Amino acid sequence: MPAIKETVEHVEELEVEKYKYGFKSDIESEVAPKGLNEDIVRYISAKKDEPKWMLDWRLEAFRRWQTMTEPTWARVHYPKIDFQDLHYYAAPKSMSAPKSLDEVDPELLETYKKLGIPLKEQEILAGVEGARVAVDAVFDSVSVVTTFKEELAKAGVIFCPISEAIRDHPELVKKYLASVVPVSDNFYATMNSAVFTDGSFVYVPEGVRCPMELSTYFRINEPNTGQFERTLIIAEKGSYVSYLEGCTAPMRDENQLHAAVVELIAHDDAEIKYSTVQNWYPGDKNGKGGIYNFVTKRGDCRGKNSKISWTQVETGSAITWKYPSCILRGDGSRGEFYSIAVSNGYQQVDSGTKMIHLGKDTSSLIIAKGIAAGKSDNTYRGLVSAHAKASGARNFTQCDSLLIGDACGAHTVPYIESRNATAVFEHEATTSKISDDQLFYCQQRGLSDEEAVALIVNGFVREVLQNLPMEFMVESQKLIAISLEGSVG
Amino acid sequence: MSTPMLEIRNLHVRVEDKTILKGVDLVVPKGEVHAIMGRNGSGKSTLSYAIAGRDGYEITDGDILLDGQSIVEMEADERASAGLFLAFQYPIEIPGVATMTFLKAAMNAQRKSRGEEEMKTPEFMKAVRAAAGDLSIETDMLKRALNVGFSGGEKKRAEVLQMALLAPKMCILDETDSGLDIDALKVVSQGVNHLRAPKRSMLVITHYQRLLNHIVPDRVHVFSDGRIVKSGGKELALELEAEGYSAFDEAAA
Repeated sequence: MPAIKETVEHVEELEVEKYKYGFKSDIESEVAPKGLNEDIVRYISAKKDEPKWMLDWRLEAFRRWQTMTEPTWARVHYPKIDFQDLHYYAAPKSMSAPKSLDEVDPELLETYKKLGIPLKEQEILAGVEGARVAVDAVFDSVSVVTTFKEELAKAGVIFCPISEAIRDHPELVKKYLASVVPVSDNFYATMNSAVFTDGSFVYVPEGVRCPMELSTYFRINEPNTGQFERTLIIAEKGSYVSYLEGCTAPMRDENQLHAAVVELIAHDDAEIKYSTVQNWYPGDKNGKGGIYNFVTKRGDCRGKNSKISWTQVETGSAITWKYPSCILRGDGSRGEFYSIAVSNGYQQVDSGTKMIHLGKDTSSLIIAKGIAAGKSDNTYRGLVSAHAKASGARNFTQCDSLLIGDACGAHTVPYIESRNATAVFEHEATTSKISDDQLFYCQQRGLSDEEAVALIVNGFVREVLQNLPMEFMVESQKLIAISLEGSVG
Repeated sequence: MSTPMLEIRNLHVRVEDKTILKGVDLVVPKGEVHAIMGRNGSGKSTLSYAIAGRDGYEITDGDILLDGQSIVEMEADERASAGLFLAFQYPIEIPGVATMTFLKAAMNAQRKSRGEEEMKTPEFMKAVRAAAGDLSIETDMLKRALNVGFSGGEKKRAEVLQMALLAPKMCILDETDSGLDIDALKVVSQGVNHLRAPKRSMLVITHYQRLLNHIVPDRVHVFSDGRIVKSGGKELALELEAEGYSAFDEAAA
């Protein structure tokens, strides 16, 4: 098969290092010394001006972390990480709490411009069909700009950096922090609890429909800095919120560690929609460098008829270890997981979800689409479980893999556990390749080979893309095409 | 005499390590419809793939000229943008890509490659509706993924729809009658006849004479063992139908 052969050749000469967002901005940073110990935890807490209870909480987490070991069950391979050889805190220096975008460091704005998210244009840009997006821009570890705050405040919605919430809304933070992902949940979540630097906090009061999509762009900019994001979203009874998280990071030689924790809590009849587009540096053509992404994301459908839906488009990182999950505690609650995971070059993805049915008549839907090209490995790992009291639980899982070339791998690892006889779980899985016939057909109609692959892949992931907010949908289509550039000959 | 739309000179084509085409010579003048008839395995489909530029169809000798310009060094998509269209015998399924989306992507890719502006959506919709109407294609079909779950007739109508919208100079129809019942055959043939024009030529590749009752050719060529062994007017098709291909095998030998 000549086309396949050429694909392989082309992949070999593929220059992943032409990574579009590989640049580094020269903003002076304040960096903590390397290593992780009690002093560093105290340093971070002091930098954040935190109350004592928070410091104690962090220290407790740190002590637990010292007793834990890294998980090794995922289908990913990498050299052992020296956790004492990383910086755990970095902040841009010119931090004098800007009142408006005009006061923001122009270099920083320039960086965002390269990323294609010009803050100055955000209000207009995001005005697609009347929607507005508030941006809580996180540059490395510290939130720099928060917009649209006033309008949100009018609706009673709190949207701020979590460090601010710790100071201004301690009662909410104390009540909900680690209530979904316990401090001792797993190695990386515990580490995050000790050293998290920033992230977003969202609180939507009872009956309020959040008037705009909330959005945060994260970026890792300081060499050797792990970013430890912590996000907490609470939707009170009958409320609704949609949150978008988009990421790109500059190019770097050393691997960077990222270990985020995201917790969502939905009370009775509330709905949270959480969308992610992740485009971190995947490493160069020899598999050198790139982000290590070890994330714990979990939503708790705490109330009756509540709903949490995760949508993710994962194209970046050298290693992805990520399982956004739903605990379906409230009767009649629903969890959804829509995922597109694209891997190229030497990327390794082990991602999926957990749907844990605890309440009666709970339902869940999983649509996972994996696309593997180059020499990458792409694993879907998913758990669906029904506990004894979860009568009438229902799940439908569809897991499709698309292979481009013959040097990549796609794997599906489903775990299904049911302790209730009335639970109905369905699982469908397919694996396919882009055929020479399809490529030739598209080319005969005038599409170049790259346009053909992008079109076929976008068709493959359509069901998932449709769940993204409009502005993310367009961005994601482009991103998927960019990620697969050079994957055919 | 004006430049022919398609000129094939002494074409030799190898697939893997087998020589399939062994010296094809063919001239299709502008505005004419030519038919190529031959039994299965005679190399008819290889000819259409070689003209369209499919990977793996290696031209070892000879030349192909489209409107006077050699296309053998061009990629398949460049040949398409230069005005070459191949209607497939078995149109390929593209899951998840709505027919409408595919049409727009193809039209804009060709326009882009010719340095033209992208087509505006209202203009595009108008063109699609008009062309679809001519082929009795329901709007619902345009929203479905291309060729996925289409009946034989729907697939062939979708091919002709693409041909109508892309407005090629040279159309190759590969076994367009296969998988069609007589009603569908009529609709598809009407669609094709509708596209006959002084500045457009067609090469109709077929197994049976019956298609040529509906799409009446100017010339008929008999294909055997990788070559054209006899050419004549439309009556040659009837002769072939009556006497069978074996009568022409000697000519090939």
